[in-house]
Amino acid sequence: MAIGTARYSFGADEHIFVELSEEMSLEAFFKGMAITTALEKKKVPGVSEICPANASYQVKFDPDVTHPNEMMKLLQQLERDMGNVELELKTRIIEIPVLYNDPWTRETLMRFRERHQEPSSTDIEYATRINHLKSVDDFIAAHSGSPWFVSMVGFVAGLPFLYQLVERAQQLEVPKYLRPRTDTPKLTVGHGGCFGCIYSVRGAGGYQMFGITPAPIFDPAQGLSYFKDFMCLFRPGDIVKFKAIDRATYDAALKEVESGTFDLRMRPVEFSMKKFLADPAGYNHKLEEVLYGN
Amino acid sequence: MAIKVLKPGLATTVQDAGRKGYYNVGIPLSGALDQYSFRASNLLVGNDEGAAVLECTLMGPELEFQRDAVIAVTGSEMAPKLNATLAPRNEAIAVKAGTVVSFDFMRLGARAYIAVAGGIDVPVILGSRSTYGLGAFGGFHGRKLQAGDIVPVGTPKGAAKVGKRLPDGLAMPLPKELELRVVPGLYFHRITDESAQTFFEDTWAVAPEADRIGYRYKQGRPLKFRDRKQPFGAGSDPSNIVDAGYPYGSIQVPGGLEPIILHRDAVSGGGYAMIGTIISADMDRIAQMQPNNKARFVKVDLDGALAARGAYNQRVQKLRAALA
Repeated sequence: MAIGTARYSFGADEHIFVELSEEMSLEAFFKGMAITTALEKKKVPGVSEICPANASYQVKFDPDVTHPNEMMKLLQQLERDMGNVELELKTRIIEIPVLYNDPWTRETLMRFRERHQEPSSTDIEYATRINHLKSVDDFIAAHSGSPWFVSMVGFVAGLPFLYQLVERAQQLEVPKYLRPRTDTPKLTVGHGGCFGCIYSVRGAGGYQMFGITPAPIFDPAQGLSYFKDFMCLFRPGDIVKFKAIDRATYDAALKEVESGTFDLRMRPVEFSMKKFLADPAGYNHKLEEVLYGN
Repeated sequence: MAIKVLKPGLATTVQDAGRKGYYNVGIPLSGALDQYSFRASNLLVGNDEGAAVLECTLMGPELEFQRDAVIAVTGSEMAPKLNATLAPRNEAIAVKAGTVVSFDFMRLGARAYIAVAGGIDVPVILGSRSTYGLGAFGGFHGRKLQAGDIVPVGTPKGAAKVGKRLPDGLAMPLPKELELRVVPGLYFHRITDESAQTFFEDTWAVAPEADRIGYRYKQGRPLKFRDRKQPFGAGSDPSNIVDAGYPYGSIQVPGGLEPIILHRDAVSGGGYAMIGTIISADMDRIAQMQPNNKARFVKVDLDGALAARGAYNQRVQKLRAALA
């Protein structure tokens, strides 16, 4: 691993926090997934939460059941055991339709223009310019062209942080709003730093807003078929492919959501980091074949 | 059996011991913020100690009981009134059908717990009856109580003993000024040596923005973060990190200005550096802090945190023995 050894810290008596790398990388995220997956399997007594994040993870446990020093040793041993393992992940690839440049996020961003770096343009125009892309259409093509890893789920229930599967030079990067908004439409597709996200609930937010998806991603009532097992769609490690849609397709999808017939295209897939790093573009093409093949 | 809400109070929610196991998808623990007082209220009325209760913040509700019931009010100093007649706190009291239970103002502390024999009987969602406000589920329709709500109560396990009292030494202490113990760590190394000292020297006051998600503190000197070239993905402010998970009780300081301690409805992660974590034994005490109450942060190591946890556990054992 190019990312070096992790940094371990006690979060008082009930947590251990592990920073795998100070900076974001696919290697750090993947190492976190591998360690937390192995930890789940160990069924360590007293462990109540195992939370992988972008380039770190944390564990919450009952120190009356497993002593924090024991837990620390165990996690450090897991890291050593990962050293030579070829990192593969059994996961799913999910297509998320997006209406880019939609009227609802546009209305919202206009209300909060004084909190933005560039009040004279929209968020997507600003992002296009600072990422040195020629047009908004080029930006949309880059955003929806390559798949993304769900590198963390959280902040609020079911909200995915997304990290695009491209080389660092092609990563889309934008600053967060100068001051956070007090409002963001539910299901807004946003971006801050190098991370994409989909807002699972309406509320405050600081990410730039590019569009909106008709696909519900968090539903405590568990109405649609893909919520049958759980109220949150996303899990860390899922792969997402955005697809640009037009207004008519968006409206039709909303009708299906209302009638309870809406569904998402998703397929099981195995992801190999080694194969991806050897040929990112070619590997992404294969991922798409899995998603769109029969 | 049910309770009709005449006035909801400021923020009254259904809470229990909490919802474990879903923090990895952003669903926090929730549950009573002061777990000790919550357990005491249940034990007084003969419930399992983890039964669901009503948690009231800063101002109590007005409730009409539709059947005879036994209740107990614990936590903050806020006396119950039965049809306008004062009744004791920290004691199992009988409430006749048709009685309106209201509350005096909250003199000390910030959260009172109302246990009813039989427990509040809302649906169990992901293993808990607790309300999670940001996700709008759990508790009573995923929200604070409103006037007109009819809150269901379960069937008591046996006859509750009216007059059962919490021994004086076993009530939750409610100081206006206290020390909160912190294990420094997480991203503590990101603040300067000077800030690492002033944080523990200064007296901090609870800001008005203090709720179940987090407690914000003000009036201490701002903290400075060490200069660095920000790592890829971390965001431009020196208080930013690559978004990570937030431990319960972790202390973040956006922009270096006002420390925020995350509590049981925590946002599960984000991009602000956390400089340490409040020990588990002190989390209940935060729940009883009113705006403007003062705190000093005291540095302890892991052994100190575990010793305090041992003392807390012993106190809970005493509580169980006293109310058995």
